[in-house]
Amino acid sequence: MTEPGPNRPIVEMKGITVEFPGVRALDDVRLELRAGEVHALMGENGAGKSTLIKALTGVYRIDAGQILLDGEPIRLSGTRDAEAHGISTVYQEINLCTNISIGENVMLGQEVRGRFGINWRKTHAAARAALELLSLTGIDTRAPLGSLSLAVQQLVAIARAVVRHSRVLILDEPTSSLDAREVANLFEVVRQLRDSGVAILFVSHFLDQVFELSDRVTVLRNGSYVGQYAITELDQMSLIAKMIGREFEAYQEIASSSVLDSQDDAAPPALATTRLTRRGAIAPTSLSFRRGEVIGLAGLLGSGRTELARLLFGADRAESGSVMVAGRKVSLSSPAAALAHKIALSSENRRDEGVIGDFTVRENIILARQARRGWARPLSRREQDELVSKYTRAFDIRPADPDRLVRFMSGGNQQKILLGRWLATEPQVLILDEPTRGIDIGAKADIQNVVRDLAASGVTVIFISSELEEVVRLADRIVVLKDHRVIAELTNGPDVSVDAIVGIIAREGQTP
Amino acid sequence: MKSSASPPDHPGSTSGPGTTPTKPGAVTGWLKRLFRLPWAGAIAAIIVLLAIDLMADSSYLAVSYNSSTGHLVGNLIDIMRAAAPVLMIATGMTLVIATAGIDLSVGSVMAAAGAVSMEFLSNNQNAASASAALSALALALALGTVLGLANGLLVTAVGLQPFISTLVMMLAARGLAKVITGGQNARATSEPFRFIANGYVLGLPVVFLIALVIAASVALVCRRTALGMMIEAVGLNPRAARLAGLRSRGLILTTYVVSGLLAAIAGVFATASVMVVDVSNTGYLMEMDAILAVVIGGTSLAGGKFSLGGAAAGALLIATLDKTVLFLGVPASATPAFKAAVIIALCLLQSQRARSWLASIKASRRSRADQTEAVAA
Repeated sequence: MTEPGPNRPIVEMKGITVEFPGVRALDDVRLELRAGEVHALMGENGAGKSTLIKALTGVYRIDAGQILLDGEPIRLSGTRDAEAHGISTVYQEINLCTNISIGENVMLGQEVRGRFGINWRKTHAAARAALELLSLTGIDTRAPLGSLSLAVQQLVAIARAVVRHSRVLILDEPTSSLDAREVANLFEVVRQLRDSGVAILFVSHFLDQVFELSDRVTVLRNGSYVGQYAITELDQMSLIAKMIGREFEAYQEIASSSVLDSQDDAAPPALATTRLTRRGAIAPTSLSFRRGEVIGLAGLLGSGRTELARLLFGADRAESGSVMVAGRKVSLSSPAAALAHKIALSSENRRDEGVIGDFTVRENIILARQARRGWARPLSRREQDELVSKYTRAFDIRPADPDRLVRFMSGGNQQKILLGRWLATEPQVLILDEPTRGIDIGAKADIQNVVRDLAASGVTVIFISSELEEVVRLADRIVVLKDHRVIAELTNGPDVSVDAIVGIIAREGQTP
Repeated sequence: MKSSASPPDHPGSTSGPGTTPTKPGAVTGWLKRLFRLPWAGAIAAIIVLLAIDLMADSSYLAVSYNSSTGHLVGNLIDIMRAAAPVLMIATGMTLVIATAGIDLSVGSVMAAAGAVSMEFLSNNQNAASASAALSALALALALGTVLGLANGLLVTAVGLQPFISTLVMMLAARGLAKVITGGQNARATSEPFRFIANGYVLGLPVVFLIALVIAASVALVCRRTALGMMIEAVGLNPRAARLAGLRSRGLILTTYVVSGLLAAIAGVFATASVMVVDVSNTGYLMEMDAILAVVIGGTSLAGGKFSLGGAAAGALLIATLDKTVLFLGVPASATPAFKAAVIIALCLLQSQRARSWLASIKASRRSRADQTEAVAA
């Protein structure tokens, strides 16, 4: 192994251009990764971050430009090739096999071989050693990966890179599903790797984390290179301005004051639950939601907010308790039943429970509306076009091509398409579970605006987000959950802040 | 050929997902679009096979008019007749496969449906009457529907894997056929029933016309309603489809029922042509033909997007292939191998990887040609 001096670039990408049919995804982009640095890659959705990563890992072939490794030009024809050159990636949606053991996941392709094939004992020992380097002790490497929490799985993915002696580690949105303690843990590991001379490329939408962890930043916008900066040169405002290329009034304009409809309290609530229960998911919960109200569900990951949302949509069935919609008792036995009662849920799991990647934008948007009409009454082409163009324009979905396959579109655009799908069902109650996770600031502002407009038009919006600032900014009322039960209900006002909510969660029982 | 190991450096060649045609000449553009159809390969293979037949016998494609019976006769007509049962089961199979399932029981359901109709007719005094023939037909279709329903319930309500459920049904339905006929091959005489497979309308075999009308109706129902899109959604992403309010279970159940019903029709076709049900051999290995027809037609076994037109083309190809093998006098023992070779060649031609490999060879050849031209100039 050649030992590079500190601060010498390991990887240099110059003049990188990647084209897809009809689109230039990257245009003359550069990136320099030095040994022993954490380098943040920033940009809005669709700016080309994922494409650049895929060019660096050999998933996409570059149409122009070159990649230098230790000053030598290299040509990558796949992730395996990239791993052989010491470039490893941990993806946002972890690409490990949950049904095989932890040890096998860590060592896949690097198994210790003996005379009679793989020596599993030594293989697992090596896996344990790698995990211990990341201060993960006491893990049974023979247990299936699926038995670990998402956060630990992420660390296992990093252990894979450690075993390979990777010199470049790409972390693509590693923190999007972790809670604060898990993030701190991860950062500890990342710093440790950095200090051992690994170059780390860090992609995240959490600006605080970028400022906390990174040494340098490269900013992309619309597939072009904006610049490379030392993190100390920037503050959050200036970084955002570089990413979106305009002052971000759009983001700040969102009213922080709550515009609560002052309707008479005699009207039945849009949605109400009485002792709604499901074992292991949510303790008996009685809540009521009024028309035109935005209700934030606040709580840590796993506090029961997603579980409650799924019960309200019939995605899971309640074991006891009842639900009233507009004053009438209803049975929410399936999502189809909930949609018939004008309740819609946008799942937090965009890839597995949201968009259908091999469907076009058009098909994705009309799907739920069509499901409610039944198969025998298809939407006419004109009705489809109207729906699709309405939401494409309203949410600024790009590219505005209704016949494009959704899997070729960025996360933010996919989220907007999903929002379009649910709004096309004309819901009276819209439940949004993490609608802004992993998407850029522009799209986030768009979605927050949509929530406000919907509430103003009388729709009840139940809003779930790990970003408490967002909940506090948007919600009229905040329901705080912890350990699968509701611990507080707050009416939003000047005295309600992120700190106040964190305080409530912390004070309730033992703190994490 | 040698340079194919390294990827081509051409900026234009297969760089992203899906390439667009670069030079749209009027005719070549049209041809190219035709070539991109999922089932272009099947059509091409049929043409090649018929060309081979034609080389062996220049009058192979001749269709003549028999003035005494009013029928068209010829090899093409025979192929149409032979394609009818495959077309039926391939149509049902396409829908099942689109939901990411599979139906291995279609061949056995054919036998069971044939058995119930033959047994009914052989025990019926008025077997020659149209009403008896219709009753036999109704019995066969009802049995196929029930067996399809059982498949569907095993998959949706019980939650067994489609492969296992329909494998069980594959054994059970053939067993049922043997029980119905008491283990014997049942034969019967009924002119009206025989007409289904051997009759002619407008000079064409009625069996092919029936099959064509049914296949076209299924395709119309799928594409003119939202059914096709819903089946595809369930096959592509079942969890997302459920959350979008689709009743996936009902949809999946429907595809198995349709598959059972169409297999029963295929069973009637197969038995009515000879008026015998051979409980061991009627429909034997037909599930393989159906699956092959579906795959040749461009529908992925992983489920999702499906093409009924492709399945029809695939069914025609399989019938042509069977007929060609017979005609060329390929020894019976070598027939399966010959069939396999043709189908493998076709699947290779359709695979994305093989296609881009061929394209890269073409591109590197062209660049070499360009270079030599440049040197010459």
